[in-house]
Amino acid sequence: MANVTLRNVRKTYTGGFEAIKGVNVDVGDGQFCVLVGPSGCGKSTLLRMVAGLETVTGGEIDIGGRVVNQVEPADRDIAMVFQNYALYPHMSVFNNMAYGLRNRGMKEAEVKTRVEEAARVLELAPMLERKPRQLSGGQRQRVAMGRAIVRQPKVFLFDEPLSNLDAKLRIAMRVEIRKLQRRLNTTSIYVTHDQLEAMTLADILVVMNGGQVEQIGNPLAIYEKPATTFVASFIGAPPMNLMSTRTEEIKSQLGGSAGDAGILGIRPEDFVITDQTPAGGVALPLTVEAIERVGAETFIYGSRAQDEQRVAATPGELPPGEVIVRIPGTEAPAIGQKIRVGAIRSKLHLFSGDGRSRIEA
Amino acid sequence: MVEDEGFQRYVAHFILWVGIAIVAFPVYIAIVASTQDNALIANGQMSLLPGGHFFEVYYQTIFVGTSGSTREPVYNMMLNSLVMALLIAVGKIAISIISAYGIVYFRFPFRMPIFWIIFITLMLPVEVRIYPTYKIVADLHMLDSYAGLSLPLIASATATLLFRQFFMTVPDELLEASRIDGAGPLRFFWDTLLPLSRTNMAALFVILFILGWNQYLWPLLITTRDDMQTIQVGIRKMITTTDALTEWPVVMATAVLAMLPPVFVVVAMQKLFVRGLVETEK
Ligand SMILES: Nc1ncnc2c1ncn2[C@@H]1O[C@H](COP(=O)(O)OP(=O)(O)O)[C@@H](O)[C@H]1O
Ligand SMILES: [Mg+2]
Repeated sequence: MANVTLRNVRKTYTGGFEAIKGVNVDVGDGQFCVLVGPSGCGKSTLLRMVAGLETVTGGEIDIGGRVVNQVEPADRDIAMVFQNYALYPHMSVFNNMAYGLRNRGMKEAEVKTRVEEAARVLELAPMLERKPRQLSGGQRQRVAMGRAIVRQPKVFLFDEPLSNLDAKLRIAMRVEIRKLQRRLNTTSIYVTHDQLEAMTLADILVVMNGGQVEQIGNPLAIYEKPATTFVASFIGAPPMNLMSTRTEEIKSQLGGSAGDAGILGIRPEDFVITDQTPAGGVALPLTVEAIERVGAETFIYGSRAQDEQRVAATPGELPPGEVIVRIPGTEAPAIGQKIRVGAIRSKLHLFSGDGRSRIEA
Repeated sequence: MVEDEGFQRYVAHFILWVGIAIVAFPVYIAIVASTQDNALIANGQMSLLPGGHFFEVYYQTIFVGTSGSTREPVYNMMLNSLVMALLIAVGKIAISIISAYGIVYFRFPFRMPIFWIIFITLMLPVEVRIYPTYKIVADLHMLDSYAGLSLPLIASATATLLFRQFFMTVPDELLEASRIDGAGPLRFFWDTLLPLSRTNMAALFVILFILGWNQYLWPLLITTRDDMQTIQVGIRKMITTTDALTEWPVVMATAVLAMLPPVFVVVAMQKLFVRGLVETEK
């Protein structure tokens, strides 16, 4: 039982590259914290610093009220699940799970009880004598989980544990991990670049970009009120439509309420096809360019009449002037057709011109 | 590959058989010659079929030796060669796996210079540094000893480089998982790295054993006593006789016996070898 607190944590790699530029995060006891961000933003670095596998070059890492900056990984009372599982190839499944316990001098009887209990929970009991290479990807993943839970550590650390699995298994294991964590009630930090995984798993979501935290909070709160255009387009798929408020078309519709906002964001799912302009909202004429039907919903890719200024660089950025609209069902306009889509006032997101801050109108 | 055209296949097989014959014929001659009477061979009347002296020649070779020049039984030479080859193979593997471990997994001052110094010794085989090496061994009173036979040949850059290369392919996460599992450097080495290196060690053992077994120049230099003689040196001494006929059947029998341990090692280790290649563990 422990909370994990990062106080102004920094990491400069030998060579001078600053991978983590001052991060503050507080993960409460038993909470599931997800670090999400694009590849290379420093998620793994941060997690490995918590694990003790990377030195901390600034700030403090506190696990359960003890600053662990100088503590060896084995003595931090953490367990880690690696992306490639890092199972010992020459050891049986049983020994893989037992290794850490035996190294700590645990009695063999207790080791056996713990491993067998973990194997039961993870449905690994029939394959305890197998070697990792005789297991499927999903089973290896579960062994890696087993190795973590037998230790009964204060904190679980996961570094993209599902990214080597196929899509179906990934969803199944995601649910498994969440259930397991709820049951054991162990504080967890989970790294992923997949925003869907992040949204579904997290109690606290930490969105990272370029070694810094963009936003911390409850996943739905972040979805509803992204603090920056980066978060707005990273969380949610397809990404939020972002457009400049400086063009005549938008400026006139927003009127005075735009204030000093420079960027307007509207999520694809907040548009409806309508002839009216919603009161206080925004309507856009579009030419339908492409249609994607996925069954329960349909995505319309439209282009706006006038050319659009680019807005601040963001992940998943759309080409200027392109707008995605999500509508339920499969009925959609034909390609080439001209439509009008609108969004009501409460669904508009306004950001400063550089995209770094959210403006509440 | 074209498989089913009959003619081509016959050509290929013919070439292979010719190759086998070229390689195997001298061996066959050695075996045949080792079963015949010396007088016949000396007269140039050696038959190409095995003679009838197999047991008597081999008994004499193994337990008595030649009746002339060196009266040293070959079993003793084989024992010397075996001890030397084993010491060299095991010693080289032990030393080089430890030094490779140090170079790959530890950060210490002058790590790279040390690595390069080891690397440079590739250019200095025993033949090149033979005088200083002899001097050192002599000063340490190790002439005519197993230590003198094997120690100077044990330090090995090749094996160190090979293990270094292998260690660098072992995923870092294994080390990290070990650290989290509470294994220190020695435990990681012993519990994870050594078992993973098993097949590499087997392959190296085969190569190094044969290398050690076939040493000639160094044992010739530093052994003076007949009872410390290795088999490769022994064969040579048997051939050069000043005052009598060379006892060819015994020489040939010794040559045949000298071939056996390397063949045995290759055959015995082959399984481990191949299994190591098929199931990549990492
Ligand atoms: N050992 C290292 N030395 C120098 N730079 C590194 C090292 N490890 C990672 N980096 C750099 O730090 C940044 C963050 O890496 P990482 O934490 O692995 O990103 P993520 O897990 O978010 O994809 C990357 O730009 C990467 O190139
Ligand atoms: Mg990573």
